[in-house]
Amino acid sequence: MPWEIVIGLEIHAQLATQSKIFSGASTAFGAPPNTQACAVDLGLPGVLPVLNEQAVRCAIRFGRAIQAEIAPRSIFARKNYFYPDLPKGYQISQYELPIVGKGQVHILLADGTRKRIGITRAHLEEDAGKSLHEDFHGYTGIDLNRAGTPLLEIVSEPDLRSPEEAVAYARKIHQIVRWIGISDGNMQEGSFRMDANVSVRPQGAETFGTRTEIKNLNSFRFLERALRFEVDRQIDVLERGGQVVQETRLYDVDRDQTRPMRTKEEANDYRYFPDPDLLPLVLEEEQIARATADLPELPDVKAARFRDQYGLSDYDANLLTSSLAMADYFEAVAQACDNPKLAANWLLGEVSAALNKADLDLEQAPISAEQLAGLLQRIEDGTISNKIAKQVFEALWRGEGPTADAIIEAQGLKQITDRDAISALVDAVIAQHPAQVAQYRAGKEKVLGFLVGQVMKASRGKANPQQVNALLREKLKA
Amino acid sequence: MSLTDQDVEKIAHLARIQLEPEERARYLQELNGILDLVAQMNRVDTEGVPPMAHPLHMVQRLRPDLVTESDRREAFQAIAPLTEAGLYLVPKVIE
Repeated sequence: MPWEIVIGLEIHAQLATQSKIFSGASTAFGAPPNTQACAVDLGLPGVLPVLNEQAVRCAIRFGRAIQAEIAPRSIFARKNYFYPDLPKGYQISQYELPIVGKGQVHILLADGTRKRIGITRAHLEEDAGKSLHEDFHGYTGIDLNRAGTPLLEIVSEPDLRSPEEAVAYARKIHQIVRWIGISDGNMQEGSFRMDANVSVRPQGAETFGTRTEIKNLNSFRFLERALRFEVDRQIDVLERGGQVVQETRLYDVDRDQTRPMRTKEEANDYRYFPDPDLLPLVLEEEQIARATADLPELPDVKAARFRDQYGLSDYDANLLTSSLAMADYFEAVAQACDNPKLAANWLLGEVSAALNKADLDLEQAPISAEQLAGLLQRIEDGTISNKIAKQVFEALWRGEGPTADAIIEAQGLKQITDRDAISALVDAVIAQHPAQVAQYRAGKEKVLGFLVGQVMKASRGKANPQQVNALLREKLKA
Repeated sequence: MSLTDQDVEKIAHLARIQLEPEERARYLQELNGILDLVAQMNRVDTEGVPPMAHPLHMVQRLRPDLVTESDRREAFQAIAPLTEAGLYLVPKVIE
């Protein structure tokens, strides 16, 4: 029987704030345990949570970026459960009236089509602390530095129909939160974590199958693998005549499988109720306008503009808008060298390869947009060939000169376009290779490539290849 | 709606409260009394009345995003039953 896969994601993005969502403790990563957990974070008696303005601003920006309604009035609720990494016995979250309502994003599928993915809501909440289970003689160690860190939980509609779509959606959200500057999206540090709700149903069925939830996935690769495993597992259970049990599962990276964690508590077991410590959050139009005034052009809009304005393919426009830094860099180069396609090719080719090799982000690239544009201009005006340009690029990367021009000058890389100079080189090559010349003249056209190569070699790559080609043909005809 | 003894037991478990049988009976009665009051309020026509999230007619004040708390781990951990290497130690919890 053909099965349809149904996936919804809950993504937790840590918000880019200096202090916690309800206290003035620092959110900096990597501090010694419990040195950034204050009385509010510890839930000591008599403390009062006060909402962080920046966290609210981040949520508003996200709401705008996904074309969602931003609630003029939202409330905070207590989600009650007992776990030692949550000292209050409840997590402050939003339940009935979240700050961000229904929105949407569009993902690009493998076949080049776009698909709309609905977002149910996004709400503000506090993170829990960290439990360390290893080696405390039968005890669990608790570090509450992370307790109270602001999170935006972004809940999608069950619109995703394959693990690939789920990954494309997660990447889109990751792109957006970084783009609008509300989260660093650092997955190693846990700033972007995903929970997946998965079910399968017979193709064409109206109702959803029983779902399981896979918790705490912190990489796109693990998300995809966990989903693949879980989908296969559920289909297998159903095809054997069994039933899927609604439960929370964990993905075991080493074994590449999911296993049950605990039976999912029913929503009302959390006994949500409005937190009496926090008043309703009321947002005025003016406040929303202020929070969104400096939103950059959004990635999809920018990609469409790149496509139309610079004549790029959909694919390239998408890659060039993978981050705001990339898009800005591209546009600076494209405008300075006046050849957007050349700029795109170099950025997605040489520059990306060099960054990968050196394990650097674009922000850390040793070559600025101005420097790259300077190099591309010299390709454009014929001063250097593409091949020599790669050499100059490497020299720029190593910091051997301040500009492409300086390196071309210092290392004598200027393309030889002087007809007499090339002519002399061609004559010499013809004289040195009588056998190949005879072959060519006997009709073996392919030999020309060899001869061109010899001339280029003799010029140390600097001769203009088109001129070499033309001159060789001309002289061999004689 | 009225609660059963099992409901009380479940609620006590969720709140991690241990109740003796006679306490359970008392709480059952008291909780049902509260629910009766809720039922009475439910009979009032509230059409057009927005749900109240807080009894104060005020809105949430926001705090500027500044780090104002310093490290007071030593003072906090002085009252903790067990600590090690800066961590609070609790009975093992692992799923």
